[in-house]
Amino acid sequence: MRVTVTVNGERHEAEVWEGESLLFALRERLGFPGSKNACEQGECGSCSVLLDGELVCACLVLAAQADGHDVVTVEGLGAGEDLHPVQQAFVDAGAVQCGFCTPGLVVATAALLQRTPNPSEDEIREALSGNLCRCTGYMKIFDAVRTAAAR
Amino acid sequence: MSNVLRLPPARELELGRVGESVKRVDGVPKTTGEFEYASDLSAAGMLWGHTLRSPHAHARVLSIDLSDALTLPGVRAVLTHDDVPGQKTYGLEFADQPVLAIDRVRYFGEPVAVVAAEHPEQARRAAERIVVEYEPLEPIVDPERATESAPLHPDRPTAGHGYRDDPRPNVVRTMLISHGNPDTAGDVSVSGYYELGTQDQAFLGPESGLAVPDGEGGVDIYVATQWLHVDRDQIAPCLALSPDQVRIHLAGVGGAFGGREDLSMQIHSALLALHTNRPVKMVYNREESFTGHVHRHPARIWAEHRAMGDGRIVNVRMRILLDGGAYASSSTAVTANAASFACGPYNVPNALIESTSVYTNNPPCGAMRGFGAVQTCFAAEAQIDKLAAALSIDPVELRLLNAIGPGDRLPTGQPITGSLPVTNVIKRCLALQEPVPEELPREAIRLPGGAGNTTRGEGVKRGVGFAVGFKNLCYSEGFDDFCAARVRLFPDGSAEVHCAGAEVGQGVSNVVLQVACTELGTDRVRLAPGSTANVASSGSASASRMTWMAAGAVRDACRAALAERERTGGEVDVERIYRHPPTKALDPETGQITDGPAHVALACAAMKVVVEVDVDLGLTRVVWIGTAQDVGKAINPQAVEGQIEGGTAQGLGLALMEEIQTRDGVIANASFTDYLIPTALDMPRVVSDLVEDPEPDAPYGLKGVGEPPTVVSTAAIVAALRDATGLELARVPVRPDDIAGLV
Repeated sequence: MRVTVTVNGERHEAEVWEGESLLFALRERLGFPGSKNACEQGECGSCSVLLDGELVCACLVLAAQADGHDVVTVEGLGAGEDLHPVQQAFVDAGAVQCGFCTPGLVVATAALLQRTPNPSEDEIREALSGNLCRCTGYMKIFDAVRTAAAR
Repeated sequence: MSNVLRLPPARELELGRVGESVKRVDGVPKTTGEFEYASDLSAAGMLWGHTLRSPHAHARVLSIDLSDALTLPGVRAVLTHDDVPGQKTYGLEFADQPVLAIDRVRYFGEPVAVVAAEHPEQARRAAERIVVEYEPLEPIVDPERATESAPLHPDRPTAGHGYRDDPRPNVVRTMLISHGNPDTAGDVSVSGYYELGTQDQAFLGPESGLAVPDGEGGVDIYVATQWLHVDRDQIAPCLALSPDQVRIHLAGVGGAFGGREDLSMQIHSALLALHTNRPVKMVYNREESFTGHVHRHPARIWAEHRAMGDGRIVNVRMRILLDGGAYASSSTAVTANAASFACGPYNVPNALIESTSVYTNNPPCGAMRGFGAVQTCFAAEAQIDKLAAALSIDPVELRLLNAIGPGDRLPTGQPITGSLPVTNVIKRCLALQEPVPEELPREAIRLPGGAGNTTRGEGVKRGVGFAVGFKNLCYSEGFDDFCAARVRLFPDGSAEVHCAGAEVGQGVSNVVLQVACTELGTDRVRLAPGSTANVASSGSASASRMTWMAAGAVRDACRAALAERERTGGEVDVERIYRHPPTKALDPETGQITDGPAHVALACAAMKVVVEVDVDLGLTRVVWIGTAQDVGKAINPQAVEGQIEGGTAQGLGLALMEEIQTRDGVIANASFTDYLIPTALDMPRVVSDLVEDPEPDAPYGLKGVGEPPTVVSTAAIVAALRDATGLELARVPVRPDDIAGLV
């Protein structure tokens, strides 16, 4: 089937199989591999994107469900040297190691700061508890969130 | 070389010398999504590969019928062991594992056939249509019975390699350390039996890669791995190719932790690519990843510690049984490590340690961060606490009293000639001030059980635990451990460094660049992508060795390049091999050193942990962790802290939640829904104190830092749980039932 999705402000069309997730379509058909495929069952948050402004796991949304909707991926927050403040904070704080969880955490953090500009530590932990990181132990991720909020 | 791929760009560093906190050179592309992981690769005309795996832990394979699968739309190849043109088996150290099952499967998830198709779903569906006739066999699932069961590998793959002779069936390796007089008695003796469940590396980036045929019979494989050259050396014989026809290129690695030391999809994708003459990509999903790599050995440990009334330990006796699962992987080395560090970082004049790994039909086990030392640290530190209680001595005082240090001897007889500041890390850790208890009532998120609001604080008890751990750095027991680096200096003053040391997230790219900038005195240094085509082997990114070895090799190559330019004045291109001082095998009968040290260097860490436990409901909360770690010299302090915090989190996972559960060898929880790893709500604040005591044999005095925090944290966290509950808690992960008294 054919779907039309607005990704990072631009209209994209793709021919997809009915069973394909939005994540697969973004990564393999539309050229947005930034969203990651770590569990593909909504447990790890590595594929976090904004769907009409709501934070979702792209692995749990069918590409067909996104037809006619608006998606923002990590690529849409900042690219090249033009970084979103959250991306810059992750780099500065040392919150990136292998980095596979980073795109999802960046999107989740941007969504958090959108609705709660100065989150407490408890609010940060709760908001990011759906994003697994296996490398960092989360300490420097929390530092990055506070840094981004302060900026 | 393939021309269809977008290779990761050569990386440039803004600035940064050895000892400075430097931002990750790959940090920006990893935050924008532009960094290419193995699972992000694509090539024109690419097919998708899929693996059919055994649903049985142990079975004979009677027949495989591919005819149905081959008729499905989009299917381009379906291959079995018959299609493996060269050697039919492979392995990291012993080639005991079939590329594709031949006549028998020995573990749940063992690869049986592979499919390539135009769409991944077509490949999955074709795999479902392969008809395999199995005759299920009784699986060996109890490691204690393995040595009395029919052999899974009658040809005894690990025999004849210089290990202690142990003729019992299914023994991978037995190591015995007999030190001093193992019959020595003390005034006090404490005993315990300890168990550790099977832990998974659970790296977030699944096993992935892309194999591209070169049109001349060879293949380029772009893959997430820990050791490019040893991958190549295992892959080429199976493909009946020469090593130079198989070129391995490092693709972006989404974490490793030991789980990428063994091959996963490399040979399979290459077989499919060479068969179809098209690029083939394979990406495991999470369920498949749980069967696609080796795990941390589950262990059973029987320990007895004897001490004099004044607290001096006089004798440690320990038996360690490691379940190696179906294939050898690195079990032989894990067996030796478990034995070598069984006594902890203490002066133990007499010891009898027996460490055995066995073949079973459980999931194969091999390398994971801590590599045998995690298991014995858990048992040994619990024993020290028991001893302290029996002697009525403060447990930290008892550790200080027995702390090993330079000039002392390990139970292998090896004198400690380098740095090992055990006393200092204990004192520095002790000085870290834990927070005062939080008042009640408080936000549910800060109570055991968390936001589920299961308690208002009734029945919550606080506990404080302390543990010390240590481990070897680099390869041991006479392994020829080396790392190559190649440095090119250009007329414009810039430089390019080649080193195949795998960047798995630990930050070795920064180390390489920091060393090169320091040695060359310039910031204009590029790090070329890792590839077997351009530089010799680096050894693996494991064993807390990559920073040491890469720093040594890059330092030597830079100095040689500068000298060469001094002589010739022009552009130079030099490659140098770095070796650390040699190690020697241990005596197979006594486990004592022969004509030199078995380990080149050691590193230690101490950790203090505060927990709160709801003793009625069995729920736990780790409140605070303070640790002092022996790091030699911190090359990049921010990255060192990151290793400590992340390594601690993995030990917390083993202490409290992580266990691969099997029923008759079949994994029951192969998902992040059922195999839990620590989240942002589980990890407390970690305070790290970096203890810099330079290692004389290492470049810049550095030490590897990745493993000690994982070695010590499981032991320290459970010690705190014991303090809170008064329970023995001799098995990890500690379950709510263990605390609430339901088992």
